[in-house]
Amino acid sequence: MPKLTIDGKEIEVADGLSVLQACELAGVEIPRFCYHDRLSVAGNCRMCLVEMERAPKPIASCAMPVGEGMVIKTDTDKVKKARNGVMEFLLINHPLDCPICDQGGECDLQDQAMAYGYDRSRYEENKRAVAEKYMGPLIKTIMTRCIQCTRCVRFATEIAGVEEIGLVNRGEHAEITTLEQAIDSELSGNLVDVCPVGALTSKPYAFVARPWELRKTDSIDVMDAVGSNVRVDTRGREVMRVLPRLHEEINEEWINDKTRHACDGLSRQRLDRPYLRNAEGRLEAVTWDVAFKAIAERLEGVSGDKVAAIAGDLCDTESMLALKDLMAGLGSASLDCRQDGAKIDPSCRAGYLFNTSIAGIELADACLIIGANPRWEAAMINARLRKRFLQGRFKVGLIGQQVDLTYPYDYLGAGPESLAEIAEGKGAFAEVLDQAERPMLILGMGALARPDGAAVLAAARKVAERTGMVSPGNGEGDWNGFNVLHTAAARVGGLELDFLPGAGGRDLEGILAGCAEGAIEVVYLLGADEIDMGRLGAPGSGPFVIYQGHHGDAGAHRADVILPGAAYTEKNATYVNTEGRVQLARMAAFPPGEAREDWTILRALSEVVGKRLPYDNLGELRQRLIEANPVFGAVDQIKPAAWGAFGQEGKMAAAPFVSPVGNFYMTDPISRASQTMAQCTEAFGLGGRKGTGTHG
Amino acid sequence: MLQDKDRIFTNLYGQDDWSLAGARRRGVWDNTKALLELGRDSIVEQIKESGLRGRGGAGFPTGLKWSFMPKDRGDRPAYLVVNADESEPGSCKDREILRNDPHRLLEGCLVAGFAMGATACYIYIRGEYFHESSQIQKAIDEAYDAGLIGKNACNSGYDYDIYLHRGAGAYICGEETALLESLEGKKGQPRLKPPFPAACGLYGCPTTINNVETIAVTPEILRRGVSWWTGFGRANNTGTKIFSISGHVNKPLNVEEEMSIPLKDLIERHAGGVIGGWDNLLAVIPGGSSVPCLPAGTCSDILMDFDSLREAQSGLGTAAVIVMDKSTDIVDAICRLSHFYMHESCGQCTPCREGTGWMYRVMTRLVKGEAEIEEIDTLLDVTYQVEGHTICALGDAAAWPIQGLLRHFRPEVERRILERKKSMAAAE
Repeated sequence: MPKLTIDGKEIEVADGLSVLQACELAGVEIPRFCYHDRLSVAGNCRMCLVEMERAPKPIASCAMPVGEGMVIKTDTDKVKKARNGVMEFLLINHPLDCPICDQGGECDLQDQAMAYGYDRSRYEENKRAVAEKYMGPLIKTIMTRCIQCTRCVRFATEIAGVEEIGLVNRGEHAEITTLEQAIDSELSGNLVDVCPVGALTSKPYAFVARPWELRKTDSIDVMDAVGSNVRVDTRGREVMRVLPRLHEEINEEWINDKTRHACDGLSRQRLDRPYLRNAEGRLEAVTWDVAFKAIAERLEGVSGDKVAAIAGDLCDTESMLALKDLMAGLGSASLDCRQDGAKIDPSCRAGYLFNTSIAGIELADACLIIGANPRWEAAMINARLRKRFLQGRFKVGLIGQQVDLTYPYDYLGAGPESLAEIAEGKGAFAEVLDQAERPMLILGMGALARPDGAAVLAAARKVAERTGMVSPGNGEGDWNGFNVLHTAAARVGGLELDFLPGAGGRDLEGILAGCAEGAIEVVYLLGADEIDMGRLGAPGSGPFVIYQGHHGDAGAHRADVILPGAAYTEKNATYVNTEGRVQLARMAAFPPGEAREDWTILRALSEVVGKRLPYDNLGELRQRLIEANPVFGAVDQIKPAAWGAFGQEGKMAAAPFVSPVGNFYMTDPISRASQTMAQCTEAFGLGGRKGTGTHG
Repeated sequence: MLQDKDRIFTNLYGQDDWSLAGARRRGVWDNTKALLELGRDSIVEQIKESGLRGRGGAGFPTGLKWSFMPKDRGDRPAYLVVNADESEPGSCKDREILRNDPHRLLEGCLVAGFAMGATACYIYIRGEYFHESSQIQKAIDEAYDAGLIGKNACNSGYDYDIYLHRGAGAYICGEETALLESLEGKKGQPRLKPPFPAACGLYGCPTTINNVETIAVTPEILRRGVSWWTGFGRANNTGTKIFSISGHVNKPLNVEEEMSIPLKDLIERHAGGVIGGWDNLLAVIPGGSSVPCLPAGTCSDILMDFDSLREAQSGLGTAAVIVMDKSTDIVDAICRLSHFYMHESCGQCTPCREGTGWMYRVMTRLVKGEAEIEEIDTLLDVTYQVEGHTICALGDAAAWPIQGLLRHFRPEVERRILERKKSMAAAE
């Protein structure tokens, strides 16, 4: 613990910190451009120069490690002059086009020029101009504004793991360049955040809004099961952009491109009023009353076992609980929140959670990935795996599709055979897991959402138990390396409140089969869009389908009644991420038109069908939620789950594991409605559609 | 004046055979084993005592630098890197060693490498030195064949490899850490210090980087003794040195002389004097393009060594003496140097990247007088904003020539501005 003096104030700081970090701890602000907490130190902007006793020249505080007895001065004339000078140099070739720059108002260069710069320029020569670069549909470049801090280069190389940005040429001609193609990373949007100036800005957000016009709401992302913390910026009732919010244990300060840029899908394809399928088989806009009455009439006389409910990927837990309670009132036990048919065993909580926790990945020393493509299914978890890889001594093995994960791995095979081998302790990687102190495995939906999923789950449990992934203590602080990687934000929440078939109830497969054979007469789809709608039969012939959701996607197309709900930015709602962490999303904008918050729709409907739900406000509903499962009471905490038996040993099929995410940019109704995501899909050739000769 | 018997570089002019046979005749590789048998500590100690200072420009004490190499480095290799990226305008001394006396360098590589506990040596040679690189490579091959380097070098039981690496022509790669980057196959950009190369250098291993001349003289210092070496030059500025004299002299040349020789002696005795006589002298840049120039008045009695030139607000640098007589457009000459530094700036850090271009552009206007008088002070201020604020010394090197110009020739710069103003006014 070296002790140093900063501006006359003595402070003791941890070993290995930089002078800049020590200054921050001492409450002294050091201006900087190239330095970034999570990137390697470049030391090239020279803005953080401070004076150090016995050093002939000012030192770059970001690159200087603290030492015992150092005397640092940050408020001398020399330091002031140095900062002034660097600021002036940065600005001589900067276009100063702040009035038309999207960074304006949240620009480091602007702010620091105000605080540390001269009030005028002495530069009389012509300014430099730099040609724009192409970085794909998400990033707009105005390279003349670039100050060559190389944060983007370091982010791309270190965090994103794609070496596609670099600094070429030298001296005045030094410029950031790309491969002149879209940055092939699902984290590319963060480049805009790390850029301290307006050189890299968000293309979809270009000239859309100014930061001071926006209302900022802290919320949670639902595009995957990671539960990244985000800030939703709205103007009026429209979501203008989504930005990351710091959460060290989940997304640090990054988010993936879908989280960030799918928000334009929130204003397209929206269900903004109730619809009812009329006599001609057409969906017709109706009032809430008419829609509810139609449902009540249809339910009249239908016994509970002929009613079923399926919850989708984006559902909040409040609405799932309300629907569950309503189904109970109607006498139905046929409900399922696993709309992908994953053979998750809800009997043991440890059997469906990401037990290691995302931050816990950094403690692991070996990882086996089974039937998952974390890069696309949970980009922030993949970023954490890469971070762990960069720290060294981390072996990764993969069973499933051979994809570029941005870090090297041993490819162990395509399907269950390879998993069975590891479970029997055969092969070199089984040995790696054996010898690892803290081994972990990640079991993806590609391995569980298949008919033999229960057997795969059991085999994975066997691997975990055999290689000592679960420490026997199994309490607080003990290692649990067994992880299920969910792909849907709603899934763990649904499992935690038991949105699952009750006694005598049907599961997803049973419901769909029941629909085909007429055993199920009414199906309630709560935002369920990913099931095979064909199995529900054509409207009029199959069961009566009630769809409650926010987008005109697959479910709404099949529905007989549509109840317009709220998207995740439009309701105060609870989500549980793949770790089992309960988080609260907050209403940033009102739902469009007639649409309402989902639980209120169910509450209103329950009254019409005569099964009144016993809660009149969100507080009461949340109380009921906590009663249903106490984990909902512990917001943003991880309750370790006890180990037990789960899965069902049996024969596994030979078919290889295939990740459920075929196109990262379109996985749910919101991203499918997003133009930006459509552009990404096209830019990366993921759509599967080929352009014609006259295309583009 | 240095006597012939005291010269180290006896084939500086390439009149003798450069190859191993010729080198052996000149005393190179003469019982090198005995030098190694002195032991690591003793060699470093003797070099420290000799007061040898680095010949690459900064003049850092060589023995001290070697002693920074960790004694106990575990399994990690350690490297000696020889900086043969001689690119400083005016400097051409290493070139003569490389092409005419390569074995003297190689012997130095072995002895110095042994003294610092290096496992291998890399010679990073300037890309433009094609002939020199082929000479060095031939010499390396000869030395391997003769068992002088490689496994059991000189029968000393010490294994030591020497590799040659050609640069690609960037001036900045002569900066030691940029050189390491380049050697590693990366873009030649200086590293941040700390960590210093002795702790974390080439491939993250302990590394010492020395200039060609520094390394080449070490075996002779050990052979002839420290007192012989310290007999030349003033205290703290000991030994002999190769001076490169160019510009407006009758006989431009490289010459080995003792340190602390008066500049006037050096020019008059060896270079045939200034063209048009000593009184025709305008200014001298005494240590390669990056040091500030000295006006004629100062040149008459200045001594050519580190301390004396520093007192005169200049520097010995690489001891490349650039002589300018009164026919020189001194503003244009310095402007040309500014262009050089703008062109060679690596662009990594802000003050150098932005400042060198700014300084050059103002200089081009000053050459023609197209400026305001106040801009002279602005320019000077800009040089101080660059100096000392950069990652490496290139920023300083770009600032110093201009500072030297404005220190000694400000009236000339002002005259041009005023004259132009007058002629513009007359034209109206």
